[in-house]
Amino acid sequence: MPVTRGFTGRRRPVSREGRLPPGQHDVGDGWPVLTAEAEPHLRDDQVSLTVGGLVTSTTTWSLADLQALPHSTYAGDIHCVTSWSKLGTRFTGVSLDLLLEAAGPLERAAYVVAESVTGYTTNLPLEHVTGGRAWVVWDHEGRPLPPEHGGPLRLLVPHLYFWKSAKWVSRIELTEVDRPGFWERYGYHDLGDPWTEQRYVGDA
Amino acid sequence: MPDAPLAGTPEIPGAWTTGTLVDVRRDGRLAYLRLALETPFTHAAGQHCVVRLRAEDGYTAQRSYSIASAPGDDHLELCVEVMPDGEVSGHLHDEARVGDTVEVRGPIGRWFTWGGRTPSIAVVGGTGVVPVVSMLRHARTLGTGERLRVVAVTRTLAELPYADELLAHGAFVATTRENRGDRVAATPYPDEVAPLAAGVERAYVCGSPGFASYGVRLLGEVGVRKDIIRVEQFGPTG
Repeated sequence: MPVTRGFTGRRRPVSREGRLPPGQHDVGDGWPVLTAEAEPHLRDDQVSLTVGGLVTSTTTWSLADLQALPHSTYAGDIHCVTSWSKLGTRFTGVSLDLLLEAAGPLERAAYVVAESVTGYTTNLPLEHVTGGRAWVVWDHEGRPLPPEHGGPLRLLVPHLYFWKSAKWVSRIELTEVDRPGFWERYGYHDLGDPWTEQRYVGDA
Repeated sequence: MPDAPLAGTPEIPGAWTTGTLVDVRRDGRLAYLRLALETPFTHAAGQHCVVRLRAEDGYTAQRSYSIASAPGDDHLELCVEVMPDGEVSGHLHDEARVGDTVEVRGPIGRWFTWGGRTPSIAVVGGTGVVPVVSMLRHARTLGTGERLRVVAVTRTLAELPYADELLAHGAFVATTRENRGDRVAATPYPDEVAPLAAGVERAYVCGSPGFASYGVRLLGEVGVRKDIIRVEQFGPTG
């Protein structure tokens, strides 16, 4: 593989060694904004989340309903396919396990499609949003999640590239077959595991 | 934003290929780079690619850059703005020279693209002009330049990448820190943008996150529907 003459690069601090997936760089305290569409500005009382599709009872929560459920905090790292990672950050919301339990996935449900108020969609295997690995969150570092980062409410699936963590999420649809979402139709990987660099269609 | 997937098979970004710098031009904070790719790929106007630099010991760093060259150009052209402490942009701006090699992967992004025919407006700021330069060059090839109206916002004309090319195309350039002719320094006024937005079927906004919010708002003020706006944002991500 070709070496770029004169490039030495900036090595990461040893304390953060092992936390950056391949090809990622640490943005430190920064948090880049990347959005494909015009950003919606929703009041808290305009926010609701529905879990539907292959469930025994389609269930809708207002933001206030969600905030009345037991809270759950994720403290850890997030990774964007555009190669930035943000390490050691905190989000608070509710675990998706709790919401799925309320709606009752049918036996044959195997995937979810997360939908945003903008029409943005992203697909995930059901097993990747259960077992304490996915949340809907309204709080970042103790403050309301700002609109440019998906506030008032976004999905958080931090073990996958961050386009899977749909901003302004309004619906989680359970499906039997995998239905590619927005970026997935535009050439991004179906799953998006940062540790194996599943960035684009065709990556292993 | 719900939108049917593009017709045909989405082009899959290829494997990493080696790019050799065949031209490097520096202008203030910008570096214009042209690369010959070992395995060339065909991009659509508006797409980006990833550039990866590799040190002697195998350490690598990679960043995404919009493509300025037109589809069909023999070389891949990028315009890189040097970021404070930019690990990749700093190297490309300060150190890179003709004959050096980097790794390149692309094309990426099937959303922020223009096929050359849909009547469109683009509102761009800073290096956000780069993907639109590819669109303009594509339009010149097709002879459809009148279908892409461009509003470029910059502090001064000297800081605007590809300023001459944009002006030659007939872009409306709003300078915010210097007067130009009779126009007093200011961001674009709705009455300056409205005639350009009339009848468009798609809108593109590209720039920093702050600029993107502004661009979307401006388009809204002149009656462009939110669901036809496609946004590309970038930031100083190191």
